[in-house]
Amino acid sequence: MLGIRKEFPGIVANDDITLQVEEGEIHAILGENGAGKSTLMSILFGLYHADKGIIKVRGKEVHIKNPNDAFDLGIGMVHQHFQLVHNFTVAENIIMGKEGGFVYDIRKASRKIKEISERYGLSIEPDMVIEDITVGMQQRVEILKMLYRDADILIFDEPTAVLTPQEIDELMQIMRNLAAEGKSIILITHKLDEIKAVASRCTIIRRGRLVGVVDVASSSVEEMAAAMVGRPVSFKVEKSPCNPGRPILEIRNLSVMNSKKVLGVKDFSLTVHAGEIVGLAGVDGNGQTELVEAITGLRKAESGSITFNGKDITSLPIEERNSMGLGHIPEDRQKRGLILSAPLTSNMVIKEFAKEPFAHHGLLDYPQIRSYAESIISRFDVRSGEGADSLAGKLSGGNQQKAIIGREITADPDLLIAVQPTRGLDVGAIEFIHSQLVEERERGKAILLVSFELDEIFNLSDRIAVISGGELIDIVDTASTDEHAVGLMMAGIRKGES
Amino acid sequence: MGRKTVQQKPLEARKASPLVVSLSAVFLGIAAGCLFILCIGKNPFAGFERILFGALSNVRRIGNTLGMSTQLILIGLSVAFAFKTGLFNIGASGQMLMGGITGSILAYYLPLSMPRIIYIPMVIIAAMAAGALWGFLSGLLKAKFNVHEVVSTIMLNWIAYWICYDFIPRFIIDPTISVKSKPIETVHTLRADWLTDLTQFSTLNYGFFLAIAMCFVVWFILQKTTLGFSLKAVGSNRFCAEYAGIRVTRSIMISMAIAGALASLAGLTYYCGYSNIMEMGKMPNEGFDGIAVALLGNCSPVGIFFSAIFFGILKMGRGSLAATGIPTEIADTIIATIIYFTATNVILASFWNRIFHSRFEKKEEAAAAAMKKKGDHTPVSSLTKAQFNEYAKEGRALLKESKEGR
Repeated sequence: MLGIRKEFPGIVANDDITLQVEEGEIHAILGENGAGKSTLMSILFGLYHADKGIIKVRGKEVHIKNPNDAFDLGIGMVHQHFQLVHNFTVAENIIMGKEGGFVYDIRKASRKIKEISERYGLSIEPDMVIEDITVGMQQRVEILKMLYRDADILIFDEPTAVLTPQEIDELMQIMRNLAAEGKSIILITHKLDEIKAVASRCTIIRRGRLVGVVDVASSSVEEMAAAMVGRPVSFKVEKSPCNPGRPILEIRNLSVMNSKKVLGVKDFSLTVHAGEIVGLAGVDGNGQTELVEAITGLRKAESGSITFNGKDITSLPIEERNSMGLGHIPEDRQKRGLILSAPLTSNMVIKEFAKEPFAHHGLLDYPQIRSYAESIISRFDVRSGEGADSLAGKLSGGNQQKAIIGREITADPDLLIAVQPTRGLDVGAIEFIHSQLVEERERGKAILLVSFELDEIFNLSDRIAVISGGELIDIVDTASTDEHAVGLMMAGIRKGES
Repeated sequence: MGRKTVQQKPLEARKASPLVVSLSAVFLGIAAGCLFILCIGKNPFAGFERILFGALSNVRRIGNTLGMSTQLILIGLSVAFAFKTGLFNIGASGQMLMGGITGSILAYYLPLSMPRIIYIPMVIIAAMAAGALWGFLSGLLKAKFNVHEVVSTIMLNWIAYWICYDFIPRFIIDPTISVKSKPIETVHTLRADWLTDLTQFSTLNYGFFLAIAMCFVVWFILQKTTLGFSLKAVGSNRFCAEYAGIRVTRSIMISMAIAGALASLAGLTYYCGYSNIMEMGKMPNEGFDGIAVALLGNCSPVGIFFSAIFFGILKMGRGSLAATGIPTEIADTIIATIIYFTATNVILASFWNRIFHSRFEKKEEAAAAAMKKKGDHTPVSSLTKAQFNEYAKEGRALLKESKEGR
């Protein structure tokens, strides 16, 4: 891809970007959110058309008008969100669109799938049904789909965002196998350790422009991070010693049902004090969602009590909990956090629109709302095409998250529950969000941080609570523990049991 | 940090506005109507001339058209209001009947000597309360028992239908024709002498002004009030609204109640203004026409006003078609075609966007040529709109010259 340029209203997404990938190479594309990585790949895959520049495959100039053209050229893409039919088998999903004629031979296809699976070590059985297999395996089905269609160039768009640490290792091995067989792999990511682990070269993009191509083996993680963000990045958050004050949130013997009507949280007790960050560590799906929803009022508590600022809030409506000073950065920013079809102005006052100064006697004060939204946008560096008038859905994921965090912090809550606050964000944004959370702590706020990433938990927390199977395993001081010990607890093993 | 937010709207191709889309739908609908008329070997222009003649040729006909539009405006508002909260009110017919029967019973039993200044507000409030109750029931079923509003409103339509079937003979029957209610005395309808005189005995009544007032009220609620904000939030993303502490179930009930009140007001203007009787066993079609009005009007009060007038013209004018030998069903066909094209508004919008985009690209090309000649190297994206337009104008002349020179 040579000299690619693509403009969107208000933004130049790609400006003269050149990307050269060799055969049998794992080539990483590194960039912050909104740097233009996805746009570049969408152009290669025929989803967008470049305003300028040319694409050459195997030395020949090509015009890719749609994804089918890309397929024909042997380009395949593993999307961040899988495109699979859940109640179909693996084989049915793979041959979909490639049945070849009116009657299709599923047995023949299955044989071929099995063959490919064994060759690259994917360990996928063709007759498994998608909804019965893990996310990691679903991703491998996506990879199989590309290989089944004889793709030589495989694009992986943020492939590890949905995987557990172990699955990530497996994926890395699969990528190495693929490259060894002569496939070219383009890995889009902002996770530096992954690049370090598998890629040979790395193209770095910043704000739509090419920064450079680096040889991964000979450059350090810090150098790559600095090139991506445009300034040196610190991975460790500076913070003063913890100085906990009065208890803000007290959870006592709380039990909560999950959506399958069984107890998702069992007899859980935890106290969060003013001026401390308590990290809740655990593997996804171990009761974190239910716990947070019970605290914020989105889910009913079965038994036990939740006390906030000395008041029992176990059965208060959400609205009252919010106005008592409970802030919540939700896990799913697009479902819960924002109204994507509404402008940022409305989104920034979604909790407080009915209160002074945003409304007087039930009538909205638009100038007030606008200036409030603009102050959040500028303080939290939310980048958008049309400022406060931009629709929330038009922002990149990182900027959506910054907007939510800006809204929650600006509301000045006593307790901030941050669930996966940096999921899918790049190092620059993570650094910023972490420093904001620490700053809130220094200001004497209580913070409950829920994260599936141990790095983040260790980086920020003063104390770590470990949840497994809905039960509290232990609460430990961050200073007196290590990742190994917490890892064991996350697996449900209590101290002294091993 | 502290980066200034972008204030100037970026230079870009125009986007198709809802107005352009709605007008294209109307145009396509009329074009289809012409085609049908041609197919049966008649002159389409004569046909449309007849429709306009029937609807607008004298004050009386104009009055009747506006009288017909009154119901359509109110039903359109009702459907649109529910839409904004993410609800589909298909029960406007039943709500109309509830408003109509309430108004008719009051008209029958209240003394004729009652001053109109008290009587009229009283029936309006009573009718709206009945419709609000009817809408609220669907909202309640949805909020508490998760019964889909399409199912519950359709069922409530039939409950209202049978209530009227029972109440008309029981309370307000016309003894001479036993399938209709006794005609309401004019002083107990929404008609006004001055309007009747002005429009030479048309059906135009105070309801028309009520409908206009309701356009303002709906606009005001949705745009200016915290109530409207919360209703729209629930409509656009229920989960986010819930997270933000907006009471979702309450919003659904309020929204359906308001939609029901608007539709029952339409019923009042229809049965106690436009007409003065209620027939047994008749479900008003207007409840469903209102969906089309709301769609064509893009659910905005102004849009609904004009689309209701447009549909009013078609509905009133079609009677005159018979004289030309063109079947009156042509008017219904046109309405149906327009609904079809409004429903496919995405296709229409992308059609216009493509045209706007290619025009913009040509303009950009011209501007670039002019800038090159002048040696201006500022990127196009940082030009102001006025500068851009000027360059484009110069550039176009330049390109034309070079073409002629060749």
